[in-house]
Amino acid sequence: MDQKFEAGRDNVQRLRGTMVKDETAPTPGFQQPEMIQLITPDGTRVGHPEFDRWLQDIDDERLCALYEDMVVIRRIDTEATHLQRQGELALWPPLLGQEASQIGSARALRTDDFVFSSYRENGVAYCRGVDLTDLLRVWRGNVSSGWDPFSINMATPQIIIGAQTLHATGYALGIQNDGADSAAITYFGDGAVSQGDVNEALVFAASFQVPVIFFCQNNHWAISEPVGLQSHIPIADRAPGFGIPSLRVDGNDVLAVLAATRIALDRARTGGGPTFIEAVTYRMGPHTTADDPTRYRDANELEDWAAKDPISRVEALLTKDGLLTPKLQDAVAAKADAVAKEMRAGCIGLPEPAPLDVFDNVYSTHNSWLDRQRDHYSRYLATLAGAEGGN
Amino acid sequence: MSSMTFSRAINAGLRKAMEDDPKVLLMGEDIGKLGGVFRITDGLQKDFGPQRVLDTPLAEAAILGTAVGLAYRGYRPVCEIQFDGFIYPAFDQIVAQVAKLHYRTQGKVKMPITIRVPFGGGIGSPEHHSESPEAYFTHTSGLRVISVSNPQDAYTMIRQAVACDDPVLYFEPKRRYHTKGEVDETQELRDALPMESARVVVAGTDVTLVAYGPLVQTARDAAVAAADEGISVEVIDLRSLAPIDFAPLEASVRRTGRLVITHEAAQSGGLGAELAASLTERCFSYLETAPVRVTGFDVPYPPSKLEKYHLPDLDRILDGVDRALGRPNSLSGLEG
Repeated sequence: MDQKFEAGRDNVQRLRGTMVKDETAPTPGFQQPEMIQLITPDGTRVGHPEFDRWLQDIDDERLCALYEDMVVIRRIDTEATHLQRQGELALWPPLLGQEASQIGSARALRTDDFVFSSYRENGVAYCRGVDLTDLLRVWRGNVSSGWDPFSINMATPQIIIGAQTLHATGYALGIQNDGADSAAITYFGDGAVSQGDVNEALVFAASFQVPVIFFCQNNHWAISEPVGLQSHIPIADRAPGFGIPSLRVDGNDVLAVLAATRIALDRARTGGGPTFIEAVTYRMGPHTTADDPTRYRDANELEDWAAKDPISRVEALLTKDGLLTPKLQDAVAAKADAVAKEMRAGCIGLPEPAPLDVFDNVYSTHNSWLDRQRDHYSRYLATLAGAEGGN
Repeated sequence: MSSMTFSRAINAGLRKAMEDDPKVLLMGEDIGKLGGVFRITDGLQKDFGPQRVLDTPLAEAAILGTAVGLAYRGYRPVCEIQFDGFIYPAFDQIVAQVAKLHYRTQGKVKMPITIRVPFGGGIGSPEHHSESPEAYFTHTSGLRVISVSNPQDAYTMIRQAVACDDPVLYFEPKRRYHTKGEVDETQELRDALPMESARVVVAGTDVTLVAYGPLVQTARDAAVAAADEGISVEVIDLRSLAPIDFAPLEASVRRTGRLVITHEAAQSGGLGAELAASLTERCFSYLETAPVRVTGFDVPYPPSKLEKYHLPDLDRILDGVDRALGRPNSLSGLEG
């Protein structure tokens, strides 16, 4: 067998320690891979010889910062949901419940790493430094892309399920060609793992051993379809079949996610090739604001997962350590309020696009067909203006 | 000037493009050591290395999808689709990503990707090896689509396609790969006819005959045959299928008053439909007769023993010319 492949298998073995039995895995009878958890739902910090090595810099202050991030993006998410309900946004895809997956992974990245995400990674975009108004442009319907991808090294939300995993793999191929030590990371969900694009991305990433991280947020639901419909085995178990080592972590545990992502990044930066991370989490809200999950899922399931909330468990941990002071809580609440206020103002203040904007940027240079249509439409608009009294 | 085959001309154009810009890289199936099933990339991996001439796993969607990522990173990928009928797995990445990213990102992300597609029939292949899928792509905003008909254009236009900041589909008429022609390799791109331009390849006064790719040669032959009967056919090589360069077409139709369009692709919804509609809109009062389309039938590409009946040939094109002229014994008067 190929030496590289053997090394990949060894990695899989090495990376997995025995931690928590995952009772949510779909098919009985299979041996479940361990799901690594460092903070239990009741806020107990559990030691792990391999993962803890990657968290040595996470002191009290940094733990509080991760907590703040999660609270802030939950507030962003809630505010955006409100904006949609108030008619200010056409649609919003909530991330409620997935805060630890997004913050833990995004805070592991360097600025020169590049993110290719789906449409739900608004917490990741926040960590990349996105302008808050830019976060909402797409969902208000003003543009198809809220920001310049190169300004924060994050591609704008991909709507075609799984397509971005190939983009990340190609980008990583470019990094490899350039001899750089940065990495590409791609975010996708449990539904995406059924897509051909994702499977082809895994093939290409393994073939060329490129520095890419496949970060799957298994939030258990692809709109109305449960994860069991996508996969009969734990998703993380698929990757070794492609020759890619994988990790399965509690996606509601910000420290486990942070450590796993750092391990994967280290492999990527040092020529170790791709890594697959399955972050087991839960979509507490609807697929989007247009969805009604009461039609397809059990309220009890929601309750079970509410008990494993990613923010509550960090609050419990901070409380045990005496860190959740009124001062901290006030500061975090003030930050969240300020962010929400700024985002709301930015959203409502967005200017309406002009009619002729519809023609802009289809091509990088002139196109005779489009120039003609633009010219005709422009003259048509002028006739309307004339009919209204020459405005 | 040097004499070379069509396939050699593409090879030389790719080589020049790679020499001119270190960010140009080639990706595709069997394009490295083998040099491609048609040998278009022959010797390039040896000279530029496996990092710039990548043999990829057999997954067309991934070839295009990773090309998108490479373009994000500042590369200019040239993707080879081995055969026309193999492009469909990549369709989503081409029409939903490659075509739309510049628009989606308000021009922030450029997609300078060239997609080479050996296309068309006439080589006796089994199913999926002889198709003409160009209209799927001309219908998609954000793509540029070109087709070459001679070694000089093959050489120049592959360089233009690679240098273009927009995605370009480059359709190569595989049955003409062995045609030889003179190629000027010293011409600067800035002096060459832009790839968006159509070209009058045979001047004439009675009928305008529009063709592209493999049928340009057939159309030229038809013009020679028609001349024997005293009919002057003007042949225009479309070259760019999206956007179509309408100015020379309009000028020609206004002079001749008669229009024949030929392509191998099926008739319904094909390029001929767009040409006939647009030129009728623009030249209605100049037309003496309705535009005539001579095309492949609305059938899946047939088995090789049947392809000679499906492909427009010299006689069918001449019949089209006769129809446009309302000549006796032609199928003129036949509607629909």
